[in-house]
Formats: sequence, C-alpha cells, structure tokens
Amino acid sequence: MTQYMLSVHSVEGEVRDPMTEEEMRQSHKQLAVLEQQMHSAGAWVFSGRLHEPDTATVVRVSAGEVLTTDGPFAESKEHLGGFYVIQADDLDAALAWASKVTAAIRTPIEVRAFAAFADRPQAFEQFGD
Amino acid sequence: MPVVDEAAIGRVFREESGRSLAGLIRLFGDIDVAEDAVQEAFALALRKWPAQGMPPNPGGWITTTARNRALDRLRRRERERELLGEVAVLAPGTGECGTSEEAAPVHDDRLRLIFTCCHPALSTEAQVALTLRLLGGLSTQEVARSFLVAEPAMAQRLVRAKRKIKAARIPYRVPEGRELPDRLRPVLTVIYLIYNAGLGGQADRGLCAEAIRLARLLTGLMPDEPEAAGLLALLLLIESRRASRTRPDGSLVLLAEQDRRRWDRAMIEEGQAIVRGCLRRNRPGIYQLQAAISAVHADAATAEQTDWPQILALYDQLFVVAPTPVVALNHAVAVGEVRGPAAALALVEELDLDGYYPFHATRADLLRRLGRDNEASSAYERAAALAPTAAERDFLRLGGRAAQGAESGRRA
Repeated sequence: MTQYMLSVHSVEGEVRDPMTEEEMRQSHKQLAVLEQQMHSAGAWVFSGRLHEPDTATVVRVSAGEVLTTDGPFAESKEHLGGFYVIQADDLDAALAWASKVTAAIRTPIEVRAFAAFADRPQAFEQFGD
Repeated sequence: MPVVDEAAIGRVFREESGRSLAGLIRLFGDIDVAEDAVQEAFALALRKWPAQGMPPNPGGWITTTARNRALDRLRRRERERELLGEVAVLAPGTGECGTSEEAAPVHDDRLRLIFTCCHPALSTEAQVALTLRLLGGLSTQEVARSFLVAEPAMAQRLVRAKRKIKAARIPYRVPEGRELPDRLRPVLTVIYLIYNAGLGGQADRGLCAEAIRLARLLTGLMPDEPEAAGLLALLLLIESRRASRTRPDGSLVLLAEQDRRRWDRAMIEEGQAIVRGCLRRNRPGIYQLQAAISAVHADAATAEQTDWPQILALYDQLFVVAPTPVVALNHAVAVGEVRGPAAALALVEELDLDGYYPFHATRADLLRRLGRDNEASSAYERAAALAPTAAERDFLRLGGRAAQGAESGRRA
C-alpha cells in the first residue's frame, strides 16, 4: 500500500463555467458519496478543504530570527485548495479515485505518492500479481 | 558448432534481453536491479560463450545467470536481508541453471513490461525511450542517437522515468477489461512512433525492424486485439516498399512512381493475410483501416491499376474513427484520383494545416494537374521550406521546378 496525495489546485481569478446552485448541490452530494466509498474501501486517510490563499501566513527563519509574514508562500496564481490523502495499491488505483474526485468537482487533480511509503524497501510486493 | 562471436551474442541480446529483463523485474520489483543483473549476465556470456559454446537455451541461461547474480548481490547487502526472504518465496529453486520455470510465465512478463513502459502517467518521449531500452535492448546511446538527443539528456530522461515508475508505483501488470482499450492505445502509438523514427532520414533503420518485432510480439501476446494485428500489418506493408521508396541519393520516390517489382512480396502477403483476418473480425480501428488502404495499394501491379474507389471508401471509414485534418487531407488525395483534382482541391482548401508540409505538397500537385502552374510552384516552395529532411526538400523543389517549367513551356 502506498499513500497518495490527491491535491485540488485552484487558479486565482480563473474564469470557469460557474456551477448553478443545482449543480453545486449535485457536486456536494457526489463528493459525500465518494468520500463514503473511500471510507468503506479503506482508502480514505485524511482530507480537507483550505481557506483562500490570502488567509495564509508564512513563518521563516531569517538571520537567526523567526519572521512572520502575511500572505501565501508561493507567488504563483495556482494554490492548493484542498486535498485527499488516500492509500492505494498502486498508481492505477489512486488514479481511479482521482478520476472520481475530478468528475465531482470539475477541477484537475494532481496525484503524488508520499515518499515515506514508496521508498521504504518493500518493493517486492509491488510487482506481484 | 556455430561460431559464437560478439555479433552472435549481440543478436541473442536483442532477442532475449527484453524477455529476461521482464521476468526479473517481476521477481525483484525493481527495474534497475533487473537491468544491472541482465547486463552482468551478458558480460559473463561474452567471456564464456566464445570458448565454451552457446548453451542450448541462451535466453534461459541469461535469465538464470542474471537472477543468481542479483540474488548474490542482494545477499551481500546486509540491510536488505528482509527482502531476500520474500524473493526466496517468489523464486524457489534458485541457484540451478535451466530450471523449467523460465519457460512458462515469461510472455506475460513482457506484456506487463510493455504496459508499464507505456503507462499514460509517463510522457510519450519517456514511453518511447523506455520501450526501446527495456524491451528492445537498445543501449542508452543507441536510443539517444535514434532520436537525435544528446546521450546525457536521454540518460536523464530514462532515469527520471524509472524513478517515477518506482515512486508513483506505476503497476507492473496487464490492464484488464474496461481499462484495456485506453491503455492499449499508447502502446500502439509508441510502436508506431518507433517505426516512423526509423523511416526518417538520419535515424537508425534498425528502429523499423525493432518496431515490427515489437508489433509482432504484441500481436502474439494479445491475439484478440485487432488493432495490434492492424498495426503489425500496417508496418509490414509500409516496410515492404523500403527498397523502392528512396533513390540511391536518398531522395524520395512517390508511391505512383515506385518500381513495384522491388516490393517485398513476403511482407505484402503477410500483411494482406492479417488484413483479411481483421476484416473477418469486423472491429475496425485506425491501424486496421490504414493497413487495409496500404493492402489495396499493394494489390495493384501498376499505379494505374490502383483501386481508388476502394481506397476512397476506406478513407471515408477512417475519417469516421479518426476525424483529423491529416486524415481529411489523405481522403482528399483519394477524391482527386476518383473525382478529379478540382473536387479534391475544394476539400484541401478548407483544411487548416498550414504548418504541415504534405498539405502544401498535395495542394501543389492538385494545382499543377489543374494547370495553375504559378500557384503550384509557390505551393511547392512552401512545402519544401517546411519539409523536415533534405531528401524531401530536394524532391519538392524538383516538383516546383517542373511546375515552373510547364508554365514557361506553355508561355513559349
């Protein structure tokens, strides 16, 4: 089993077809059902939705002092909007969950494996059939 | 006993390394471990075989030797003792040469390896490079040369792709049922791209043979996939015209002007037989339809005897499954043969293919046939400016000059 992060990236100011209220309701319902499926399949580890990036605060060490600054760390227009941490047998299984999430929220999902799990020397079971 | 020299061992490497590698990747779950072990086994073969002769089953010898080498290495690595326990469970009877277990599951392993190499999570460039490296047994240098990429860049590409397979856990298995069509598509694309890379001017011709070998392998492993068979037929039929396709100076010869006596009859017969099998199955797809078109061309003893209405009907079908501008362009060429250049030109003018040189070459040819030689000549020039190889540029400029000549001839 590997843990994967399915991250939902939102693009600031991106013009998307706005969902109607009905579509929004459908989307929420779909997500709720999907999360239930993740739970019963034992895939769900953790998930969460984040507030807008302008609510972020960054701390860093500069010249030996801790500096606290307002605003998101990355200058980019794309920000992490939310994420799922799931466990799956392999990439195909993780992609199957990701496809369901993207179908529900109509935003691209990035799928990445957690290093701690994939890099542990347990590779032998990975390629079994 | 036949002479066992480096060339003979090289041939065994080409034929057998993919099979050995695929089996060892399943066993060890690690591409790098498997690659190193297979390399080591061939290094040993180079030392042993010339003196002792080739073993009766060279592929089996390589697999067994490589496996033992890899196990030895793992045994030496204390911190991986835990892994070793699992290997022992997977691989009973290690240490003996030529145990029967090599024979049975290896085909499936190569199929698994193709699908891992061509997983859609990898870029197309990475898919092609991995397939040639791991299944084709090409060295990194050979892969780099085939795609006109510097060797360090290609090495980097391969390392990155293998790292992703490991880190993201791209599975080592053959996709089933519903997911199979989507996953087979990139596999066929990769083989087709490898073939086309071999067709280009400077590239290695061996790539064409390699692509045909891979298509044959895939067809053998997936006999129920008509598109795999279609791809093999298409490659065989294109390859059958190799001897007549270029002049000694490397310039291209149009299909209509090729010396058909130099076409390879054995390849044509094999390709056409596959096409007939596909027709009986009646599950058409882009490769089968292109193969069928090629098979119709191969049937004509002279260019004049070409059954263009049949080809036009096939392009109609092809456009239904692949409605791309390039297919539309080829369809227009067939229209030109059946209904004349004016009808074809009307179709061509509607296509948005300004950066694609065959578009301008086709337009030029149709304009020339309509007697609009000035326009033809500038279209030839446009095509030549876009053509990727010197041979094609020369050929198109020649066409341009012919059109110009006709124009001034008429004026005179």
